[in-house]
Amino acid sequence: MTSRIERTATYAILALFAVLALTPVIGILSTAFSSPNSVGGGFALPDTLHWSNFQQAWQRGHFGTYLGNSVLVTLVVVTASTVLSILAAYAFGTMRFRGSTLLFYLFVLGLTLPQEALVVPLYFDLRYFHLTDTYWALILPQTAQSLAFGVFWMRTYFMNSTRSVIEAARVDGANTWTTLWRILVPMGRPAITTLIVITFMWTWNEFLMALVMISDESLRTVPLGLAFFQGQQSADTTLLAAASALIALPVVVVYVALQRKFIEGMLSGAVKE
Amino acid sequence: MKGKPTSTSRAPGEPRSIGYLYVLPALAVYGLFLLYPFGQAVGLSFLHWDGLTRATSAGLDNYTALFTDPTLRAPFGHALILLVFYAALPVVIGLLLAATMSRIRVRGLTFFRTVLFLPQVLAMVVVGVAWRSILAPDGLLNDALRAVGLDGLARPWLGDDTWALPAVGVVGTWVMTGLCMVLFLAGAQRIPRELYEAARLDGAGAVREFFAVTLPGLRGEISVALTLTIIAGLRNFDLIYITTGGGPGNATSVPAYEVYHRAFELNEVGSAAAIGVALTVLIFALTVTVSRLVEGRRA
Repeated sequence: MTSRIERTATYAILALFAVLALTPVIGILSTAFSSPNSVGGGFALPDTLHWSNFQQAWQRGHFGTYLGNSVLVTLVVVTASTVLSILAAYAFGTMRFRGSTLLFYLFVLGLTLPQEALVVPLYFDLRYFHLTDTYWALILPQTAQSLAFGVFWMRTYFMNSTRSVIEAARVDGANTWTTLWRILVPMGRPAITTLIVITFMWTWNEFLMALVMISDESLRTVPLGLAFFQGQQSADTTLLAAASALIALPVVVVYVALQRKFIEGMLSGAVKE
Repeated sequence: MKGKPTSTSRAPGEPRSIGYLYVLPALAVYGLFLLYPFGQAVGLSFLHWDGLTRATSAGLDNYTALFTDPTLRAPFGHALILLVFYAALPVVIGLLLAATMSRIRVRGLTFFRTVLFLPQVLAMVVVGVAWRSILAPDGLLNDALRAVGLDGLARPWLGDDTWALPAVGVVGTWVMTGLCMVLFLAGAQRIPRELYEAARLDGAGAVREFFAVTLPGLRGEISVALTLTIIAGLRNFDLIYITTGGGPGNATSVPAYEVYHRAFELNEVGSAAAIGVALTVLIFALTVTVSRLVEGRRA
């Protein structure tokens, strides 16, 4: 039957594209584990796993410091933008007040506003207040940028949350604040988890903001650190590959564990309506 | 639902204006660090300013230069070429694959989805570093070409005037194709089997089946895919900065890179702001066009 051929062809195609997607990743990993003295590295699988490359890259690239900076910035941005998004989206999704539609569209606008248009004035503003070369220069703009998606995403959740639950809570005498934190937030854990992992990934991977705002070496985040490391070690492909792998690792681990949430969240970025 | 005027549909003792309080903290951060700077960018775009001395009015100079200055026109041209690689190619490849796969239920979808989508979650800086070493003169691609005897094709891809832009484009195709496939695959699995059976009973071949069933069934997904890939393609800064720095010459310069280059390396802040604003307008125009054309939605 044709369906059998179709079946085989389908899996062959899927497998081919899976290989294409993985090839650069495997190339990097095999280079990262290969002997520092080997030329080219490449796809020839290394005979022994040279873990020392990671250690070397870690020390020479000062990735310990950068990792600390990235963790701090990401933690604050994710926490702040999640809380602020929940608060605002709660109002947009469950309350009626004058101008709410307009305000909501203002937030959604941020989904398409390119960072490149903002980074120039932001740099001069923050420099004026002596905030460049501080964590604030990374935290504040990135929190603002995460709010566009956060408010959009959480509003959908609140709009779909059961009206009767909210009504029942009100009849029981709960005010809007208790209703939100005691009932709707615990119920909305899946939606909130998606928001958190997406914001985590965007913040962790952010590059342009860090490049513009940070010149103090001790404040670099990991993507910025990698860019500078590439400048210094461009000849040493094994170290560079090891550093890349180290930086990608946290996001990839979370992604593999929660891939459904990543995909769901990232695909919803194209705003409907 | 309630058709009464808002004053009576309010719950007792609970003025809805408390909504403002909930929105306020987010709006303050968002306004101060996103909306206000964007307004400033528009303001800056009408100035000549080096970032230090007093700014002078530029009128529309910075905008007219986008059309008259070849070094500014080129980046926008490059961006449009890159959209072929970032948006058109991934969508076409994704559709062709979805078409071949729409007829059967795929097992192990989760695994394939996870792998195909992986490039999307990697930092663009990491993607850039990885591909730079692949495309390097003694990188994996040239190694592979030499290994199969195609030495003549090997070249320093990112340093080649003609090939640098397509080479950067291919990286974009690599990043975006998985996203399109995942979208279309999910969409195609939702198209009712009966439609395919009906088409087959009508004697439709694979091609007609594609245009009559698969393509209309995936309208929504195509629109989402185009919107996401176009925005990502136009915002493409990290990759260019890491792989080519706009070079060789300005062969791979794009608006997103030019904003950074002009503002922080050439100290032409007004011009940089104008590019940023133009980029924003371009993104808006293209996303609106996509949703009108593909989804047939009216204003």
